[in-house]
Amino acid sequence: MQYKVPVLSELVAEGKTPDVIFWVGCAGSFDQRAQRVTVAFTKILNQLNINFAVLGTEEACTGDPARRAGNEFVFQMLAQQNIATLNGYGVKKILTTCPHCFNIIKNEYPALGGQYEVLHHSTYLQQLINEGQLKVEGGPFKGKRITYHDSCYLGRANEIYEAPRSVIEALDADLVEIDRSKANGLCCGAGGAQMFKEDEPGDKRINIQRTEQLMEVYPDIIAVACPFCNTMLTDGVKNENKQDEIKVVDIAELVAQANKY
Amino acid sequence: MSFLTIIQIIFFIALVGTTFYLAFRKFKEIYDNVNMGKPETINSTMGFRIKSVLLIAFGQKKMFKITFPALLHLVIYASFCITQIELIEIFIDGFFGTHRFIYHLSEGTFINSFYIFVINFIEILSLLTLFVTIAFILRRTIFKINRFNKPEMKGWATKDGLIILAAELTLITFIFMMNGGDSALHIQEHGKDYGFILSGVLGSMLSDLPTGLLHFIEKLGWWGHIITVMAFILYLPYSKHLHILLAFPNTFFTRPEAKGEMRNMPAIQHEVQSMMDPSFVVPETEGEVQFGAKDVYDLSWKSLLDAYTCTECGRCTAACPANQTGKKLSPRKIMMDTRDRMEEIAACKKEHGPDFVDNKTLLGDYITGEELRACTTCNACVEECPVSISPLNIILELRRNLIMEQSDSPAEWNNVFANMENNQAPWQFSPSDRLNWTEELN
Repeated sequence: MQYKVPVLSELVAEGKTPDVIFWVGCAGSFDQRAQRVTVAFTKILNQLNINFAVLGTEEACTGDPARRAGNEFVFQMLAQQNIATLNGYGVKKILTTCPHCFNIIKNEYPALGGQYEVLHHSTYLQQLINEGQLKVEGGPFKGKRITYHDSCYLGRANEIYEAPRSVIEALDADLVEIDRSKANGLCCGAGGAQMFKEDEPGDKRINIQRTEQLMEVYPDIIAVACPFCNTMLTDGVKNENKQDEIKVVDIAELVAQANKY
Repeated sequence: MSFLTIIQIIFFIALVGTTFYLAFRKFKEIYDNVNMGKPETINSTMGFRIKSVLLIAFGQKKMFKITFPALLHLVIYASFCITQIELIEIFIDGFFGTHRFIYHLSEGTFINSFYIFVINFIEILSLLTLFVTIAFILRRTIFKINRFNKPEMKGWATKDGLIILAAELTLITFIFMMNGGDSALHIQEHGKDYGFILSGVLGSMLSDLPTGLLHFIEKLGWWGHIITVMAFILYLPYSKHLHILLAFPNTFFTRPEAKGEMRNMPAIQHEVQSMMDPSFVVPETEGEVQFGAKDVYDLSWKSLLDAYTCTECGRCTAACPANQTGKKLSPRKIMMDTRDRMEEIAACKKEHGPDFVDNKTLLGDYITGEELRACTTCNACVEECPVSISPLNIILELRRNLIMEQSDSPAEWNNVFANMENNQAPWQFSPSDRLNWTEELN
């Protein structure tokens, strides 16, 4: 199959309207590891003939790291720019693979005049599976031990715990929970703009602490649903020299790999 | 009515009156301190508010995230609530110089059996509370539970906890002295006890003692109990134990928004809006504003109520990823500092008049940038709190001040801000490269 990435401005020029916007996010656009998740999710959208589009060069950072760091000016500039773009095109529904983009567009853009239906890809994939639109082959993951690391901005911030798990369960794999999961999950260490600076002085890095907790159940795969968790835990696994035995994989990649997209 | 009884009534009224007057003054001060904060509208329905109080405060839902201490705490909580029933009778007896007013009034009716049932219930819970209090003291001294031994717990905070537990032991001792002595007197007079199981046993052991001594034990228990209760009421507003009252309003005002939502700053929103759209007129009222919070005045009243509600249990700190990995940040300390700062301001104003301003601020003198910068905004502290406190809210408001008013930002963040302004991404990539990932697709 020849995969396509429709860009919103081009679609509109052709007089077409997409059903949903795929908000790629900065990590999904520029981070090498997260790009592979973007690719996997795009393949799923293509395979299911979803009428989607991306903003392409018109997409800007949502402003999440700036706002969380305390720089409201930078946040407001980016947010208002994005809302002007989205409202200009009359966008109604947005999908994203990044919990930080998801949280801020869903919960914080409305106060600035940006009202959209926003879905994180875990919820979207769950819906597609439940509706029978997306069939997942369990093959490659049958019997594999998969543990899921809750992203704070999906979990505690928005109380989405079951959607990513139901996607993993569709894989016919062995979903193993660690003690500190769901509402009790430990952060990967990236949130609140920590991703972009060195840790404050301490005994240990947070991602190492979290990786150790996840490794307690001897997983073959650590499933994630956030590009920043992905980076942090990939580093954590490398730090333990376990990168050959334990893979850190996004749920979109799991689905794409299972279905050999 | 004997002369001695009249003296006792006068003393009782004086004791209760003074206590309530002093307590009222201090509680009023706390109310005023909470109102130092900025207005915040809690956008929740009455249904949500009542549900929050019933589930979180009465139902202790969040406490049961850790079962064992939750069960222990439940015993003391239930015991505290039910003991108030006996306190009603103690008040009646105190004011009118009667003895076991309800018992004697209801004699021969079914209410009397109910009275005996309630006292039995109180006594059994009191005995359980005795064991639990000892367990709590051990947890705080011998067992060295990690969250009770963080740096912010040194000194007063640990003493405060132990004082409360000691007061509980005192209360239980006096209750059993009172009921035990009284049961022994009842046995001497009527050949049987009231029907209180535990103090009945105690009474039968004591019933050979001289009547005068038993009266003394009973009176000592009665007065000891009420004096401890009054002391407790006076101590409460100075103590972390204030949560037994404030847990209710604080859960009533639980913020209903998704935990991930950060409060908007309309002043900056409008300023940026006017930059992007010159025809936009900034609303008048937003002239001079300070960004974020530098001191307790700049925080919302809900954050200040949060601070007074905190009982320093440390579940937030135990769950905090930064604290677990040895960083200076402790969400509990954020709450303690906020309360201490309010108390400091109140004390200064009392001493030097209402317009007095000291040169200290919450940010800087109490909470450092290092602590604030360690926060990952993961909401674990908010999730853990058994009484709907948000340390994160304070952290984020202080961070806003740190960055926007004091330009106190690590160089890495300054680069990120610059990238976001220039490239619309936190990294230094050109916006025109946003679709480069599509090359990997086919």
